[in-house]
Formats: sequence, C-alpha cells, structure tokens
Amino acid sequence: MTENFLAARIHVREQPDEWRRFGERYGVQWTPTIVILDPSGTERHRIEGFLPADDFLAQLALGLAHSAFARQQFGEAERRFREVVERFPDSDAAPEALYWAGVARYKATNDPSALEQTAQAFAQKYQDSAWAKKASVWRKPPQSSGVEGQPRA
Amino acid sequence: MAIAWRRDVDAVLSEAKAQGRHILLDFSAAPT
Repeated sequence: MTENFLAARIHVREQPDEWRRFGERYGVQWTPTIVILDPSGTERHRIEGFLPADDFLAQLALGLAHSAFARQQFGEAERRFREVVERFPDSDAAPEALYWAGVARYKATNDPSALEQTAQAFAQKYQDSAWAKKASVWRKPPQSSGVEGQPRA
Repeated sequence: MAIAWRRDVDAVLSEAKAQGRHILLDFSAAPT
C-alpha cells in the first residue's frame, strides 16, 4: 500500500517555517495529522490522530479510492473501495468504503439498483455504523399487499 | 510497514506531480 505514495513529514518544532506554510495551506490543527494529496497537491483524504497499523493502511487505501472518486474515475474508485472492505473488514474504513462503493457504481452506471444492493449489504454487516443509517434511505420500499384500487385502512 | 519519510516537502510535491503519484504529508510532533 505505501508504495503508492511519496511521503514527507513536517515536525512542528524542528521545521517551524514549513509547519506554518503547509499547516495553513491544509488547515492542520492537531498532530498527528496525515493529509493524503493527489499528484497535483489537492487534498483527497486525511487521518487525524493515531491509528494502529491495519487501520492506518485501511485509511490509505480509502484515500486512494476517494481520490479516484473525486477525479470521476468511478470504475477505479469502486474497485478500490471494495478492496478496502475485503482487505480490512474489521476497520472503521470498511463501512465507509462499502457505502462509497455503491455510490461509485451508481455514478458509473446510473443504475439505482447499485444503491439498493448497497442498502441490502448493510443489512448483513456494519448494521450499527453511521454509514448503514445513511444507506438505509436506499432500501426498496416493501411491496404493498393491498389490492389495487382499494386503499388499505 | 516501512515508510520512507522525507523532510524536503517541496521536492516531494514536485516529484509526485512529475511521477503521477499520491503524497502522504505527515504533520508530526512525535519525539525524533
């Protein structure tokens, strides 16, 4: 995962000029903060606070997926979001990635079933996540059992 | 997980742009 990136570190006390310049540019208020930039230097994702290694790697993968999404490369974005879910299923990044994988597929295909399928997937896992709540609006409404033309009481 | 952190931020940004690679920019206060 880390081979996808070039990495630079700015230390608050040892590099005060760089800290001021880049801290203001990216609105950094706390350490550690890791900002994921696309090749043009545009921020695509950030990690604030310490994370264990697996969660950190999951966030890096999520950042690459968000970057592809922001550049409207929806096929690549979906692939990368699903990779987060598969490789890091227990991470906090996984439910977010599952949500955005569905959005990326919808954006690529304009097929609303991509969103319905995502809502169904959240019925199977990550039910307690905030992302499951967000996806719940995509659930297909249950079929009415009433007879057409005869309103139910 | 070995990350080759560099201090020359401007050079990293330039190289990333030329190579089409993403960048991790770490703002740190950890003891060195």
